[in-house]
Amino acid sequence: MEGEATYVSDLDNLKATELRLGLPGTDAPEKPTPASPRGSKRALLAADEECQSKSKSLGADSSGQEAAPVAKAQVVGWPPIRSYRKNSFQARKAEEEAAGLFVKVSMDGAPYLRKIDLKVYEGYKELRKALENLFKCFSLGELSGMEGCNGSEYAITYEDKDGDWMLVGDVPWEMFISSCKRLRIMSGSEARGMRSSP
Amino acid sequence: MAIKKKKELDTEEKSPENRILSFPDEVLERVLIFVKCHKDRSAVSLVCRDWYNAERWSRTHVFIGNCYSVSPEMVARRFPNIRSVTLKGKPRFYDFNLVPPNWGADLHPWLVVFASAYPFLEEFRLKRMTVTDESLDFLARSFPEFKALSLVSCDGFSTDGLASIATYCRNLTELDIQESGIDDLGGSWLSCFPDSFTSLEALNFANLHSEVNFDALERLVARCKSLKVLKVNKHVTLEQIRRLLVRSPQLTELGTGSFSQDQKLRSDADLESAFSNCKNFNTLSGLWEVSSVYLPALYPVCANLTFLNLSYTALQSTELAKLLQNCPLLRRLWVLDTVEDKGLEAVASSCHLLEELRVFPADPFDQEVIMEGGGSGVTESGFVAVSEGCPNLHYVLYFCRQMTNAAVATVVRNCPNFTHFRLCIMNMCQPDYLTNEPMDEAFGSVVKTCSKLQRLAVSGLLTDRAFEYIGTYAKNLETLSVAFAGSSDRGMQCVLEGCPKLRKLEIRDCPFGNAALLSGLERYESMRSLWMSACNLTMNGCQLLARKMPRLNVEVIKEDESDDMHAEKVYVYRSVAGPRRDAPPFVLTL
Repeated sequence: MEGEATYVSDLDNLKATELRLGLPGTDAPEKPTPASPRGSKRALLAADEECQSKSKSLGADSSGQEAAPVAKAQVVGWPPIRSYRKNSFQARKAEEEAAGLFVKVSMDGAPYLRKIDLKVYEGYKELRKALENLFKCFSLGELSGMEGCNGSEYAITYEDKDGDWMLVGDVPWEMFISSCKRLRIMSGSEARGMRSSP
Repeated sequence: MAIKKKKELDTEEKSPENRILSFPDEVLERVLIFVKCHKDRSAVSLVCRDWYNAERWSRTHVFIGNCYSVSPEMVARRFPNIRSVTLKGKPRFYDFNLVPPNWGADLHPWLVVFASAYPFLEEFRLKRMTVTDESLDFLARSFPEFKALSLVSCDGFSTDGLASIATYCRNLTELDIQESGIDDLGGSWLSCFPDSFTSLEALNFANLHSEVNFDALERLVARCKSLKVLKVNKHVTLEQIRRLLVRSPQLTELGTGSFSQDQKLRSDADLESAFSNCKNFNTLSGLWEVSSVYLPALYPVCANLTFLNLSYTALQSTELAKLLQNCPLLRRLWVLDTVEDKGLEAVASSCHLLEELRVFPADPFDQEVIMEGGGSGVTESGFVAVSEGCPNLHYVLYFCRQMTNAAVATVVRNCPNFTHFRLCIMNMCQPDYLTNEPMDEAFGSVVKTCSKLQRLAVSGLLTDRAFEYIGTYAKNLETLSVAFAGSSDRGMQCVLEGCPKLRKLEIRDCPFGNAALLSGLERYESMRSLWMSACNLTMNGCQLLARKMPRLNVEVIKEDESDDMHAEKVYVYRSVAGPRRDAPPFVLTL
């Protein structure tokens, strides 16, 4: 395949497809690169690697599930959504995120994130039930309540508007939903640390 | 003002065999007026020279699927009596930012020629063309009988251009700028329609961001008694919609503005009664920012709805279910995947006449939120549910994050009449998530079962097998879109050799190279166009194609200097106008 050497040598300069494990939404979600053939070249390379690794796993005894989520590089023009529609989503997403209603929920040890709308719950009890339902398929143990039950390994925490991680349940519900930016179900010693701090 | 051409009857040729030749042109032209479809007209024009002439004199609408396939002068020479022009410009992948800006497809050269050739032109329907304010102003002043302007996915103009149209087009019936990238300089253009102007039948400015003067809009709607289509933008509030509906109960298509909390709304009953007065609604769209408490106001108009576009409305499944219970006659439905599989089950139980379903992703770029085994978004089970409840389904556009071969096979077994099957599994190269196999069998079942298939878009992990199936079975296929798929040149070859009706082929990020490109030598002249980007094409391969097929335009888009050999983006199309004369520096015609 001609040009392969160019592909490889270009890789060093390609910041835009650098794999990152940073918080979602910290970058502009997707910048349509106006004239960037490198973008598609890299996309092809990334896609090729992915496709090859997937085809290699065919026929092998695999569980069919990925072990960990891959932070996928943004590819120009994929998924194929018209700019006009894309811009509507981003405007709405920005509005939603500002209102603090849709939040992502991650759980330590779970292979993927979920997203929930805090508006639909009436209080902490409903929220906890919903989170249990969302993540029960992982059988990672029971969620701790805000009451700090014994024997449970997890603590439900949230990131507030100032970027601090707080234990869920300390403030009135209305105040909580207006300041919560995302949720994280913490496990292990971190959870114990959170729970025991004043 | 048709210019009639009188044919002298040749009195010597009255024998039975020649009777068809002495058929007067005027009669034939009168008959041909009833032939509207441009494909039929093309067929008519090929019968014999007399029919070619009769056809060209009687044609009033010309459809140009690729603006570079012919020149405006050639069109004007052949067809003297055109009233309506449809023009399409940029390759479709322009919509996804794969074509650089300033690529071309400028309307202006067409306007200049047509201003003198067709002074009585009435309609322009444009898609993916670049249209400037100068062009709009020129158009408005050059065509005194101008009636309808439709700009779909166009760009290059601002609201100033709209002001020219509103000011000068005294006979305007239609102004539609849907999904065009417009430079929004404010809403005052709407106030440019003179008070004496009453002919408007269709107005669509849903994509504008700025507020128009509501008083001007209300007065415009009130005096245009023939208004049938009204699609407003987000800034128009519920109370304002209510007032507009009171003025125009004859509407058949409505695009609402914002459908959320409005302090000015006196009561929900008022809103509902405004809707109930409208007995002729068949299409509803808009519904930006819906507060579900107001949805019941729509129920009176749902009974006759055939097209419901909720693709900008983040509805949940229960809200959708309640709404759809009132829409038994629905034929076309567009939704966001916020409705989830449960919402699609509601579609299946309420809308048995459904023919078209489009499910758009609410959060397509949220790559970290990977859904497997259920969650937000739609899955294969929603797709199967719809196919079980809606046997007339023939058009689907479905964005999802997971799919199985078995589910697709079930869907097409339930709905074998698909003409348009566009499945987008958003994670690239994703296999069947249950079996981990490629999605080849899914598309195999589509092409084997759906013999009427005209348009196909594939996705997921695909090997050459999928393309073998397509080439073997998809004998009516006209449009194929491929991304991140295939294993070798053979894939593309199968399609080019096997699909006789193929007209548009667009490919990105696939391992197809020069051999594949050149295997289609015989095909490209019977196709509208071929697009290949981020494949394995080289300049040499493209040059060879250009040399062998001089009636094709082989264009390479070169945006950086680094790799001279690789042909990053290639656009091949047939043309009788020769190479482009307006190509920007980054477009090389070989």
